[in-house]
Amino acid sequence: MTPEQVKQIVIDIINEIAPDEDTSNLKAEVNLRDQMDLDSMDFLDIVMELRKQHGIEVPEEDYPQLASLDSCADYLTPKFNA
Amino acid sequence: MTQPTPVEKSKQNSNLDGQHFEVVIIGAGMAGLASGIRLGLAGKKSIILERHNASGGLNSFYSINGIKYDVGLHALTNYVPKGTKGTPLTKLLRQLRIPYDAFDLAPQKRSKIHFPSAELFFSNDFSFLESQVADQFPNEIDGFRKLSHTIRDLDAFNLSNEFTSTRQSIQRFFQNPLLESMLLCPTMYYGSATEHDMDFGQFAIMFRSLFFEGFARPLNGVRTIIKALQDQYRSLGGIRKMRCGVQKICTKNSSVSHLTLDDGSSITADKIISTAGISETFKLCKPTPAQSEKNIGNLGFTETITLFEDQPKDLGWEDTIIFFSEQDDFKYQSPTSELVDPASGVICMPNNYEYPNCETLEHGILRITALAHPKDWFNLEETNYQKQKNYWYSKLQEVALNILEPKQSLQKIPSEIIATDMFTPRTVHKYTGHINGAIYGAPQKIKDGRTHLDNLFIAGTDQGFLGIIGAMLSGISMTNLHCLKD
Repeated sequence: MTPEQVKQIVIDIINEIAPDEDTSNLKAEVNLRDQMDLDSMDFLDIVMELRKQHGIEVPEEDYPQLASLDSCADYLTPKFNA
Repeated sequence: MTQPTPVEKSKQNSNLDGQHFEVVIIGAGMAGLASGIRLGLAGKKSIILERHNASGGLNSFYSINGIKYDVGLHALTNYVPKGTKGTPLTKLLRQLRIPYDAFDLAPQKRSKIHFPSAELFFSNDFSFLESQVADQFPNEIDGFRKLSHTIRDLDAFNLSNEFTSTRQSIQRFFQNPLLESMLLCPTMYYGSATEHDMDFGQFAIMFRSLFFEGFARPLNGVRTIIKALQDQYRSLGGIRKMRCGVQKICTKNSSVSHLTLDDGSSITADKIISTAGISETFKLCKPTPAQSEKNIGNLGFTETITLFEDQPKDLGWEDTIIFFSEQDDFKYQSPTSELVDPASGVICMPNNYEYPNCETLEHGILRITALAHPKDWFNLEETNYQKQKNYWYSKLQEVALNILEPKQSLQKIPSEIIATDMFTPRTVHKYTGHINGAIYGAPQKIKDGRTHLDNLFIAGTDQGFLGIIGAMLSGISMTNLHCLKD
C-alpha cells in the first residue's frame, strides 16, 4: 500500500461519513479541520471505519496523527503494510 | 394503540434468555434509538429493550378511532435549513448517517411569547426576534445583543456538572425583569426540569435551539422521525424488543452482572446504556443505591388536544407556538393549590408550518400544555380523575381561546369539534415509566452519564441535553464516550 492509496482510503471514508463535505480539492499538508467542517465526533467515525473496513486500530491518544492527509499517510501506511 | 399479537407473557422473550450483548440499551426513545444506530455503525452487537409497544419514549404517538396523535413534539427545535454546517441537527444527522430529507422537516410560520404587558414574535430568523426586542424594549436591546453573544460563545455542551443560575446570569443584561421573564418562559417550558430557575448551560442550549436555530415539524409528525431512526437501526442489524421491560439490574461488586427482564429471562452485557431516567434506573439496580429525594423530577404537565374542522389560519390563528403567561411575573413551578396551573403554558397549532407543496393537515389541531401537580393527579380515584380531566380541559380551552381571540366571545368554540384528548402526569407515567410523569426528568442531570456502576451509563433526558435533538445527541455522545473508544 502506497501513501497515496492510504490518502485515498481516508478520503473515501470522509465521503462516506460526511457526504455534505467537498473532498475534491483537499490539500494534503493542511489540517483537515481547516478545510472542512469536521469535529471530534467525525474523527471518531474515521477511526471507526478504519477499524471496520480495514482492521486498523487507532488508539485515542493517536487521533492527533490524523490531522492532515499527509500525517494520516505517515501514520497509517506502516499499519496498512504491517 | 396498535394491539400487538397476543403472546403468552411467560414465553415472550425466552429466546433472549442467556444471551450476551456488547451493549444493552434500555428504552427505545430518541436517545436509545440514536445510541443503537451508533453501535450498529461501529459493528457492535446491541439490543434495545422497550417496555411499551411503541418507540419514541417521551416523544411518541398513538391512535384513537383512526385518528393519529403525537405525544411530545410540538416542534422539533434546532431546525436549520439543509446545508447549514456545524449545528446540532447537522452533526447528529451525520453521526447517524441519516440524510437530511429523511426527517421531512417543514419550518414554522411564526411563533410568539405572550405576556399581559408585551408580546414578542419570533421566527426561524433570529434577526426578527432581535427587531421585536428593539421595538418592544428599546432600552434593553443592547443587553439582549450582549446576552446573545455570550450564549453564542458559551461551550454549553461541556460535560461538567456545575449548576449556574440563569436568572443570576441574565439579570445583569437587563433593567426590565419583564424581558427576562419573557425569555425564560419558552426556554423553561421546552426543557427545564427545575422550578423557578434553570442551569445557564441548559438555558443557552435552549436559547440556541429555539431562537438562533428554530422550529420545524414533519407533515406526519413524530412518526416520521421515529421511523427514520428505526429503519436506520434495523438496516445496521440492530435488534429491538418491544413489550420487553427490564425488571432488575443485578450487580456484583461495582458492575452490572446481568439483567432480569419482565418475563424472568436473564441476559448479560458488557455495557448498559439506560435512557429510563436516573432514579428510574437506580430503582432497578439490586442492591438499590441510596438516592436523594431531591433529585426526583417533580414537574408534571398536562396537555389538551382538540381536533376541529377548520384550518387554524381560517380562524385567524396564524401562530405556530404561543408561549404565554397571564402574569408579567412568570412563575415556573409545580402548582401548589390546584391540579393544574392555567396561568401559563404553551399553545401549539401543528397546522401552522410551511409544509411543502402547500400540503395541510386533515384537521385543525389545537394543543394546550400547562404545568400540573403530579401527586394530586396520581391520587385521584377513577371517576374523579375523569371529572377533573373534563374540568381542566374546559378551563385550559377557555384560557387559550382568550389569548387567541381576545375580542370575541369565549363561547365561540372553533366550528365542529371532531375529537378531543388529554394527557396528565398519570398518562405520561403509564406509558414512559417516568416517575411523577416528569417529562423533563431529574433536576440534577448526570452530564457525563457515569453512575456508581462502572458499566452502567445514563443517556437521554437525565443526561441533560434537551429536546428531541438533544435526546438524540445525548444517545450519540454517551455511546461515543463510553462504548466506542475502546
